[in-house]
Amino acid sequence: MDRARTELLVVTLSRLLDGARTIAVGASSPIPGAAALLTRARSGGATRVLMLGSIKHNSFTDGGRELFDCAAQGRIDAFFLGGGQIDGAANINLVGLGDYPSLTHRFPGSFGSAYLYFLIPRVILFREEHSPRVLVPKVDFISAPGTSAPRIYRRGGPVALVTGRCVFEFSAGRFRLASTHPGEDAASVRAQTGFDYDVAGDVPQTPGPDEAERALLAGRVRDEIAETYPRFAAAWAAAA
Amino acid sequence: MIGPMLTTIEDLVAAIRPGMLVAIPPDYSGVSIAATRAIARRGIRDLRLVAVPTSGMQADILVGAGCVAELEAAAVTLGEAGPAPRFNAAIVGRTLRMRDTTCPAIHAALQAAEKGIPFMPLRGLIGSDILANRTDWRVIDNPFAAGDPIVTLPAIRPDVALFHAAKADKDGNIWIGRRRELVTMAHAAKASIVTVEEIVDGSLLADEATAAGVVPALYVERIAVAPRGAWPIGLLDIYPADEAAIAAYAAAARTEAGFRKWLDGFLAAKAAA
Repeated sequence: MDRARTELLVVTLSRLLDGARTIAVGASSPIPGAAALLTRARSGGATRVLMLGSIKHNSFTDGGRELFDCAAQGRIDAFFLGGGQIDGAANINLVGLGDYPSLTHRFPGSFGSAYLYFLIPRVILFREEHSPRVLVPKVDFISAPGTSAPRIYRRGGPVALVTGRCVFEFSAGRFRLASTHPGEDAASVRAQTGFDYDVAGDVPQTPGPDEAERALLAGRVRDEIAETYPRFAAAWAAAA
Repeated sequence: MIGPMLTTIEDLVAAIRPGMLVAIPPDYSGVSIAATRAIARRGIRDLRLVAVPTSGMQADILVGAGCVAELEAAAVTLGEAGPAPRFNAAIVGRTLRMRDTTCPAIHAALQAAEKGIPFMPLRGLIGSDILANRTDWRVIDNPFAAGDPIVTLPAIRPDVALFHAAKADKDGNIWIGRRRELVTMAHAAKASIVTVEEIVDGSLLADEATAAGVVPALYVERIAVAPRGAWPIGLLDIYPADEAAIAAYAAAARTEAGFRKWLDGFLAAKAAA
């Protein structure tokens, strides 16, 4: 594990969560989970985290459906989604490559994306691999659409896409390059991105953790994430 | 009393017949790998599986062993151990009918069956290729507010709900704790068949603390005792997932030949390690 890269991603995702009262985190999501725990640690008790797969950081008691019911009730403010493919309209594909159902490669499946993308106000897309094969002009299969027509009931959707190279912000149906991570610039990001997006003026560098954040990451956050993701936490500590 | 309900694992899976619609739980809930072994050993074919709402090694083994004709799931994955190799091969090879869905659609369609109603409406989905490919789903106009399209899903009524739990009492009540998707499955299915770690004395319904986490015997058709019956998947706080065994499966099942060899060992094993 590249410790500096991991901590940059955690801090970047965490800043996008700031101000959220209730953050839910899906399965198999150690970096988003750590980001949610960092936001909670910095919130002075104002932020609640519901992390699937956790016993300590998950207060659901009504089975698998409760997260979805809560989202529809407006109780969840922020959530993460990813995708095997993501396109410039923020459509995400978690099903596979090819002409469905004749797929040449299968991904696990859509999980709750086709529902939560519509109902959670602040959805952050996170995909560490930033390459033309992931960030495509048009996804092969729409697990969940990035935007909907005005007549479709929709209270949420994508606000940003964070990758291993940069941060994109999403509004009015398009991505805009918001910052590039250390080692990248606007040109290197453009070369690795298959979809079209906007760039306005000079693009700043994504800021890393400050001293207070560094202390929380090395202490409370790493201890808390270890309950759900012991191997991730151990690799993180070993990379110190 | 439990007498007629309590049986052997072989007899338990004899209740599952070819073509049946079988509901199975996600890896974080109560997966009966013990019954999975018995199904594969018995060679039950043409099953239609419904994952509630996702599955991992259980669906992958059953697909690889040729037991499954159709699978409805929001996702199939081995989690940290990577993709589900036999599932993926069956999709690419087009030997499995796949009904792609999203997690809350499974929960909602089972809730319709719980209530004995024909369908359930659900938000989201409009504009997705999931909806575009589900000819059994319909978009209707909200009958209470015009100009508000909403998806409706037909009820899912499984023939069998198959799961593993920590314990049963001698009356056939099953304790599932807070894993309430198992309750939904049991309510929706015509019958539940369940493996348990142990049979305990006394009634699980006698104490309010345990009663709240019970699937009552009313819904249960057969029970078999299978210690470590979820292995290598974990069970609540009773035992964790055996990550090494799941990783070994993931590596072996990458090829058909590797899976066959793994399956031979799995079927020959008397019980879980």
